Amino acid sequence: MYSSKELELLELLEEKGYLETKMLADLLAVDEATIESMLEKFKQDGILLGFRAMVNWQKINRHDVTAFIDVKVTPKRGRGFDDVAERIYRFPEVTALYLMSGAYDLQVVIRANSLQDVASFVSDKLSPLDSVLSTTTHFKLKTYKHDGILFTPQTEDKRLNITP
Amino acid sequence: MKSLSNQVVSMKPSGIRRFFDLAQTMENVVSLGVGEPDFITPWNVREASYAALEEGYTAYSANAGLIELREEIASYMKERFSVHYDPASELIVTTGASQALDIAFRSLLNPGDEVIVVEPAFVSYGPLIEMAGGKVVPVACRPENGFRLDRNDVEGAITERTKAILLCFPSNPTGATMTGDELAQIAELATKYDLWVVSDEIYAELCYDEPFVSFATLHDMRDRTIVVNGFSKAFAMTGWRLGFTCAPEVVTREMLKVHQYGMMCAPTLVQFGGLEALRTRNQHVPGMVKSYRQRRNYFIQALNEAGLPTHVPGGAFYAFPSIRHTGLTSEEFAERLLIEERVAVVPGNAFGESGEGFVRASYATSLEQLQEAIRRIERFMKQFEMTTTRQDSQR
Repeated sequence: MYSSKELELLELLEEKGYLETKMLADLLAVDEATIESMLEKFKQDGILLGFRAMVNWQKINRHDVTAFIDVKVTPKRGRGFDDVAERIYRFPEVTALYLMSGAYDLQVVIRANSLQDVASFVSDKLSPLDSVLSTTTHFKLKTYKHDGILFTPQTEDKRLNITP
Repeated sequence: MKSLSNQVVSMKPSGIRRFFDLAQTMENVVSLGVGEPDFITPWNVREASYAALEEGYTAYSANAGLIELREEIASYMKERFSVHYDPASELIVTTGASQALDIAFRSLLNPGDEVIVVEPAFVSYGPLIEMAGGKVVPVACRPENGFRLDRNDVEGAITERTKAILLCFPSNPTGATMTGDELAQIAELATKYDLWVVSDEIYAELCYDEPFVSFATLHDMRDRTIVVNGFSKAFAMTGWRLGFTCAPEVVTREMLKVHQYGMMCAPTLVQFGGLEALRTRNQHVPGMVKSYRQRRNYFIQALNEAGLPTHVPGGAFYAFPSIRHTGLTSEEFAERLLIEERVAVVPGNAFGESGEGFVRASYATSLEQLQEAIRRIERFMKQFEMTTTRQDSQR
């Protein structure tokens, strides 16, 4: 069980992971040692997996390619989808992998340098796997919003400087 | 040309105005001077107002407001504050809480009637009362009590002409809150002296430590209280201008006449936005409240560390630090902080004499802006460290 302060800390970290311990302590009205021990606990429990920056590569014109691949597979008796999932997520170009409900089973997200690289990933690595029945590949054209963050220009503060 | 209204001409413009003009001319200002949320109105609320426009809801609504909205307000008041109002006869939808206050005082007051105004107070209370023919009797909340109101101070100000008490907790500008027990002492006075109470509950949702108690829920108070509330603060809808009154029929009937002749009705499109806001309140309000509470915790701590003694406000989104030890008046302090460090705060005397010696700093701005403001305030306060030490050693 996690306390409401612990849950509040997790929410805060998910939104503003860059904050320093002192600031986190002030925001939650606890001392810094408490924050440190909570963080330690989250790491040990496998709840806090890491911190990353959200980079808008579109601004730098880096020509990498993101593809979403819908994959139908045959599950294995007793192991379900986990074995085939493991064989897929071990490829380093796979940035995300989800088990889905609906028309297909796995959604594979890959980031590669070119369309050609995506094509060869699908034909050389993904499709030949025994359990894979079919694949449908979609390419991302533009990111508008990712993990709650807008990738289009932020709107500025429209308030006046002083109001009663 | 014949002269204009003596009453209006003699009225002083808001103390904030001069300061506002100064701040507007400057660039790179970190503003803590804003009396409104930094959130933008939730998208579904904006979207609902679009939809109403698309569907052609461009006509007047009933004078008291859309009945669906009044029903939703009644259910909100019941669910959230445990007080029942009849949507048909006890609620009026207004253009902001300010207009709600206006129709309340116009309906309550005869020339010369006194209204006890709890200070430091929102800038428009005094002028609204005076325009309605009333006389303002300020009662100051004491800083040493964390700006909570003392019943004895109120009782001391009551005369034969006292008609009403105007309360606002959580307070703009101090952020102070009152517990149910403390409010009950004020309620006893209202019963004892047969007074009306106007309770401005615009910050009701923004309470961080103790649950909010609506004044109308106290013993004998429902039938002598006009509750004023609105959408501005809880739903981040200041520019929409949408508020409401909850009051017994005997006074609602009269307020509705003032509203009908002066305003006709609140804008219909805006009312549709308000309806959506109330219906989806549980999606939006708790998250905003949590965010304000976190920023309050940080900001009060940081102001105290920066050398500005600040009480912990239980609600709203204002810090009200003392600046007395700088030897400056609140206007001098605010002006110098603005010119030297480009941080805008509002001088405390804009909220009445009892606000002198304090400034209002709103923490309804991003954490990054708050941190920058604190860095600048720390730098600004350095010049006073010497003075304080010298004064201390002379004592």
